[in-house]
Amino acid sequence: MAHAKHDYHILPPSIWPLMAAGGAFAMLFGAVNWMHSGSPWLFLMGLAAVLYVMYGWWADVVHESNDGDHTPVVRLGLRYGFIMFIMSEAMFFVAWFWAFFKHALYPMSAYEGSAYSMPEIHTVDPFHLPLINTLVLLLSGCAVTWAHHALVHNEDRKDVEWGLLIGVVLGFAFTGLQAFEYWELIAHEDWTFGGDKFFSTFFLATGFHGLHVIIGTIFLFICYLRVKAGQFTPEKHVGFEAAAWYWHFVDVVWLFLFLAVYIWGQGQIAH
Amino acid sequence: MADATLSGHDHERPGFFTRWFMSTNHKDIGLLYLFTAGLVGLVSVIFTVYMRMELMEPGVQYMYVAFEGAPGMIENIFTRAGEALATAGGGTNAFADQLSSLQGSILGAVSGTGDEARVVIDGALRAEVIDVLDAAAASANPAEASTLLGLRDQLDGTPDGHLWNVLITGHGVLMMFFVVIPALFGGFGNYFMPLMIGAPDMAFPRLNNLSYWLYVAGTALAFCAVFIDGGAGPGWTFYPPLSWQDAPTSRAVDFAIFAVHVSGASSILGSINIITTFLNMRAPGMTLHKVPLFAWSIFVTAWLLLLSLPVLAGAITMLLTDRNFGTTFFDVSGGGDPVLFQHIFWFFGHPEVYIVILPAFGIISHVVSTFSKKPIFGYLPMVYALVAIGGLGFVVWAHHMYTVGMTLTQQAYFMVATMVIAVPTGIKIFSWIATMWQGSIEFKTPMLFAIGFIFLFTVGGVTGIILSQAGVDRAYHDTYYVVAHFHYVMSLGAVFGIFAGIYYWFGKMSGRQYPEWAGKLHFWLFFIGANLTFFPQHFLGRQGMPRRYIDYPEAFATWNYVSSIGAFLSFASFLFFLGIVAYALFAGRRVEEPAYWGQHADTLEWTLPNPPPEHTFEELPTREMWDRQPHH
Repeated sequence: MAHAKHDYHILPPSIWPLMAAGGAFAMLFGAVNWMHSGSPWLFLMGLAAVLYVMYGWWADVVHESNDGDHTPVVRLGLRYGFIMFIMSEAMFFVAWFWAFFKHALYPMSAYEGSAYSMPEIHTVDPFHLPLINTLVLLLSGCAVTWAHHALVHNEDRKDVEWGLLIGVVLGFAFTGLQAFEYWELIAHEDWTFGGDKFFSTFFLATGFHGLHVIIGTIFLFICYLRVKAGQFTPEKHVGFEAAAWYWHFVDVVWLFLFLAVYIWGQGQIAH
Repeated sequence: MADATLSGHDHERPGFFTRWFMSTNHKDIGLLYLFTAGLVGLVSVIFTVYMRMELMEPGVQYMYVAFEGAPGMIENIFTRAGEALATAGGGTNAFADQLSSLQGSILGAVSGTGDEARVVIDGALRAEVIDVLDAAAASANPAEASTLLGLRDQLDGTPDGHLWNVLITGHGVLMMFFVVIPALFGGFGNYFMPLMIGAPDMAFPRLNNLSYWLYVAGTALAFCAVFIDGGAGPGWTFYPPLSWQDAPTSRAVDFAIFAVHVSGASSILGSINIITTFLNMRAPGMTLHKVPLFAWSIFVTAWLLLLSLPVLAGAITMLLTDRNFGTTFFDVSGGGDPVLFQHIFWFFGHPEVYIVILPAFGIISHVVSTFSKKPIFGYLPMVYALVAIGGLGFVVWAHHMYTVGMTLTQQAYFMVATMVIAVPTGIKIFSWIATMWQGSIEFKTPMLFAIGFIFLFTVGGVTGIILSQAGVDRAYHDTYYVVAHFHYVMSLGAVFGIFAGIYYWFGKMSGRQYPEWAGKLHFWLFFIGANLTFFPQHFLGRQGMPRRYIDYPEAFATWNYVSSIGAFLSFASFLFFLGIVAYALFAGRRVEEPAYWGQHADTLEWTLPNPPPEHTFEELPTREMWDRQPHH
């Protein structure tokens, strides 16, 4: 490989893919058993294996980057790859929005002969906590953009660190506020995970978004550590870019959720 | 040229485990995909052979719930049969002897003790007892005969409809997610797309192997779905409420759901890899309008997978939470809508159809051009036809659901949009024919499969146009006509494409050649077998025989018999094919010439030795190596 006369990245053999697939199988086989009142242990072991592989694999990628394997053309490929990953994520949310819009536009209660009538659901006022949460997430996005700008144009390491740290803290704040909102709805407004399809759509759409926020926060935090370690330069910071793109994707999904699920979907406002 | 690719090849070959389990080499991963898909395909084909055995004659022959009872009860049946035979007297003594020996062997195998004791009469034993009782009844007088037939009916168990559902689900899920996509997209896509564009490997070689191993993990989960807890039987489409009501305590459907999740993750990662490779790693000077058609077909397929599979993942996640966590996305009692599932499912499911066929289009273009000894006719329209088919594939999904109660406007839209697809498809068919026109055609095995593909895919395409009409579909929906249609495009389309690819590139991948006569014999066996299987199903569908049933009335007997014979012939041809592969791999003639099909096989893989070295194009190919029209 040392003889290769091109800039592409040819990799040595790796055990990670096999381990990841083994872990995924154990995790999902275990999950099915767990859902059918078995023990959660196989699931947890599989999950641990998958998380371990993620850590080890990405640590390898960071090492390869530091060793200079990521030539300009490889960096371009990594960006293409990450953009497509985000596109596939966006299509995942299409399914949830599809379910929401279908029921918002054509509720089953409007069907001729339908015995279903929507129960009285007290929803949150979108312009209280959810609006605050929207601002928190958007501010977090601003902070990350500030950090990005500081990295590319000013080469001001302190600004980059502060921007990322603020982004991470606001990301945590969003998750905390969202958890608080869930708790309020379940404890005081009698929302359940099962029951009406409104709850199903609300919890799974916002829940999957929340999961993405948590993943994005971790991603940004890793970037913060890598900035501290001096691994990014104005020319070479694909990891940072990927994290920022991911974070903006999470922002945009939230805006759609806020408009659709919170504002359009609001029923009788709870006090 | 070939020598240039060998330079720098001074490191050792990795060991067995490293090479096949830790691979980061697109060619090895492609081979793994092909072999695994072949193995899973064999299992899936065996399911269908069993189903065709069952459908060969009206009535239920093989798939019974086993007859089970306490030993005392079974003994009672035999005692009464013995008494009836004794009364009948005469020539029935031989039957009495046979019965008592059968009684001995049946009651010899008791499981459990005391009140728990059970005897099972199943399989060959059951058939034997029934045969004896039938024969005895035939020669006994009417009074005893009716007693004997009554006893026979007690043993003549219940048809095992669930087993039927499980096999049909297993066949669909395995073929769609774990055989055809992995073979065409994972196997040939991995192996030949990078070679055709002159890339040293895929953009993300390690991720490539994750795609493969996730595919294996998904296959394992799919097998769990067939073999654990009695198996999953909602059909490969998982329509609710079937997917809840079908044994709600069983884990099988959940295994099937996760199998599809994992295979989806595998395909999405593979697509990201392929698109990035295609966009980022083409040989110097190879602009998009100069990329070989197979690489284009894989690129378009990758986009379809990337954009449609996550939507399916969302839909089946909803199904999973509906089944296990009490959500009501598709449950009418909680305001949900089962038709919503069908919409989201087919938003994936229709692109899936093109995912299955587009790579085969790519292969056929190369094969037809090579053996007609002419460049492909209408390269650019061929490229844009692929793109158009891919794009249109996303906007026609509801033609699978004309009968769910959509408005007429919706039906009219989906009907017209569907028919529009005939235009780019027609461009492809006519361009292949124009390529052959006035060519000096050589009927080698790959070319036979390619011509077979064009003919059969056209038949399937034409029945598709018929089915696309909402009014006509009222009559054909869920009949064998639909089964015949989609097997003509997939079993006779995509699978013929796979075989064309295997024979075309066998020497390139293995360094050895298959015996030409054997390949031709395989083609004719399979061509006749597959047509015999599926052509009569058009007639059955027109007569109104519904899909997905274990049994049918006598009126459908003839064509079902023919169809089963065809299935057995196809299965025999598949076994013969496995024999050809085994023979050729170990004892086939070695091929040294890089472009062994002649100068019209002119893409970059034909500049490499057979098989290509571990690392190819360590020095990127120059324009003269691939550009046939440098003046453009």
